[in-house]
Amino acid sequence: MPDTSTSHYPAAPKVEPTARHTLAVTVDNEPGVLARISGMFSGRGYNIESLTVSETEHAAHVSRITIVTSGTTHVIEQIKSQLERLVPVHGVRDLTTEGEAIERELALVKVAGKGEHRVEALRLAAAFGARTLDATLTSFVFELTGATDEIDRFIAMMTVVGLVEVSRTGIAAMSRGPEGM
Amino acid sequence: MQEEMTGAEMVVRALKDQGVEHVFGYPGGAVLPIYDALFHQEELRHILVRHEQGAAHAAEGYARSTGKVGCLLVTSGPGATNVVTGLTDALLDSVPLVCITGQVPTHLIGSDAFQECDTVGITRHCTKHNYLVKSIVDLPRVLHEAFHVARTGRPGPVVVDVPKDVQFARGLYARPRDNQHKTYRPRLKGDLGKIKAALALMAQARRPVFYTGGGIINSGRHAATLLRELVHLTGFPITSTLMGLGAFPASDKQWLGMLGMHGSYEANLAMHDCDVMICVGARFDDRITGRLDAFSPNSRKIHIDIDPSSINKNVKVEIGILGDCGYVLEDMVRLWRETAARADRSALAGWWRTIEGWRAKKCFSYRNSSEVIKPQYAVQRLYAAVKDRDHYITTEVGQHQMWAAQFFHFQEPNRWMTSGGLGTMGYGLPAAIGVQLAHPKALVIDIAGEASVLMNMQEMSTAIQHRAPVKVFILNNEYMGMVRQWQELLHGGRYAESYTAALPDFVKLAQAYGAHGMRCSDPAKLDAAIAEMISTPGPVILDCVVSKEENCFPMIPSGKAHNEMLLGETAEDIGNVIDEKGKALV
Repeated sequence: MPDTSTSHYPAAPKVEPTARHTLAVTVDNEPGVLARISGMFSGRGYNIESLTVSETEHAAHVSRITIVTSGTTHVIEQIKSQLERLVPVHGVRDLTTEGEAIERELALVKVAGKGEHRVEALRLAAAFGARTLDATLTSFVFELTGATDEIDRFIAMMTVVGLVEVSRTGIAAMSRGPEGM
Repeated sequence: MQEEMTGAEMVVRALKDQGVEHVFGYPGGAVLPIYDALFHQEELRHILVRHEQGAAHAAEGYARSTGKVGCLLVTSGPGATNVVTGLTDALLDSVPLVCITGQVPTHLIGSDAFQECDTVGITRHCTKHNYLVKSIVDLPRVLHEAFHVARTGRPGPVVVDVPKDVQFARGLYARPRDNQHKTYRPRLKGDLGKIKAALALMAQARRPVFYTGGGIINSGRHAATLLRELVHLTGFPITSTLMGLGAFPASDKQWLGMLGMHGSYEANLAMHDCDVMICVGARFDDRITGRLDAFSPNSRKIHIDIDPSSINKNVKVEIGILGDCGYVLEDMVRLWRETAARADRSALAGWWRTIEGWRAKKCFSYRNSSEVIKPQYAVQRLYAAVKDRDHYITTEVGQHQMWAAQFFHFQEPNRWMTSGGLGTMGYGLPAAIGVQLAHPKALVIDIAGEASVLMNMQEMSTAIQHRAPVKVFILNNEYMGMVRQWQELLHGGRYAESYTAALPDFVKLAQAYGAHGMRCSDPAKLDAAIAEMISTPGPVILDCVVSKEENCFPMIPSGKAHNEMLLGETAEDIGNVIDEKGKALV
């Protein structure tokens, strides 16, 4: 019997549980490499939750990209394979499957206010171990380094006492133990 | 040995050092220095096309019929954007191409200069890799690296964008000794442990099937030879994707025909019912699998592929072997012999009896006519006329392409050039020209549809200029046949825009280009027309007027499983050939 559906393609697969993974990718530091990687994610419909990149070995022109992404086990495997087949990619490591990786990000947080709010902001910053990078009579800029949820909590607190602006680096990550990439 | 020369001279020199004999291209402002360098030499032959897309498909035809890297040269801006379809086609079908594009001078990049476009940005997603060369110092390395990347691993197109000032700049050229990329190292040898596990699985198989694809053709002639050896050693049935036709001879009794949406009944049911599937160099795409959750539900699967992202992408497999088909098949043949492995003979005999039952259905049968030429009949007669000659076939995209795949039988690899992954209408004529230039003495035929061929009809002019005596065999039904078929089956027969009114007179069109034009609409005169087409020197268009509303069967409607195949009305009733269980599958 002829199919009455008008779709040209099979129905989308059933929804499976997704998980968050942190991938460390070493690449040739050549023009366009970041566009190649971010373009692969958008072109194939994968998520990027966080992406950081910086040159790590200047002489060898090697950069390290840390990508936080989420997907089903199958999708994560595909992402790794798709990354590996890009010509300038040296290697891909899934830090999430190798035990708890160390993940840190840095945030700059500007707050403005007077009186009790100002005192409370300074007190909270001290409690979180944030550094004060700039102070005026009406504002502060704090620097906080920590895990993502810690920074989220700090920002939530600061919202109450006069948050103006936030700048975050995204996640830098590394596996524990002696082995390198 | 380093020599000083201009960037433009380096481009020409690097192509020669890479063994390129033909470059397909179209000049323009931003590549004039390279054309000037071409002017001063004679070894490298430039083939002037009429549209850059034609250059890309011609280079694809050249590459796929020779196993070499196809090469093209186009200008910046529109030159580069016009090759995008061809590059994407080459990416999806894994065809090695190197495309040199001109670019505006480096100091004008980003200024929206005349004929400027972000070529590397635009082609990033439709190439295997691409480069913008901003310094003459990098040019020799990049040019050679481009060829290396294009041909190794899973082959694909590579773009090298060369700004005009870099073409004029002088620098030192030396041919790199090892010609390798510093980190790109595709894995060729398969893991022996996995190969042994695969052979063990094959030895236990009761209903095995080989499912092969274009990877075998890309791996080279030796891979096709090894495949034949392994298939004969094991006695297993074999089917192939559209891209893999010719890797295994269609005349062999173990051959089941092509599988997939318009594949044979026996091939698709063998895929559905098998217990062990050995996929070699194919990628489980949606035109092959049909409905994924009903795809070959009871089989354990082995997948051999050079691209790690192809393994477990669409279909989960038990054993994924990463490596070049040729290398892996070599190990498989050797180990199968060494261990004197034997498949279960009695189970295999039973499996073959089941397959023979499916074969008896004669799924490709059609109702012939003495009034009007049936397209299937036209392809059959063409095959009969050329099968004993040295021939190459290209196609456009649509019904005629599927009829060509069903009714033209390929015995050897690299003889069949078609746009599989991207499905690019307009591929066949320029591809045929590329094939013809690589094989000047062979008979090269583009089996075409009248709608597709018009998309790159301008390349007839290229064929005339370069004396490429390609034969364009148009199955003319006045419809975009496959669109019309889907509209009939899925959209209630509402034929929106699929009929081409005001088609040109193809005979006069051929004559306008300086080619020989013919028309045939009488089945009784078809053989004579084909004979005339073949014996006429120079390019020929044979406008073969066929029945207008013929459908291409068998067909697995999209989203359906292999055992939910639609058959033509003339397929044999197999009620007495297969049992109740088999009938339930139809």
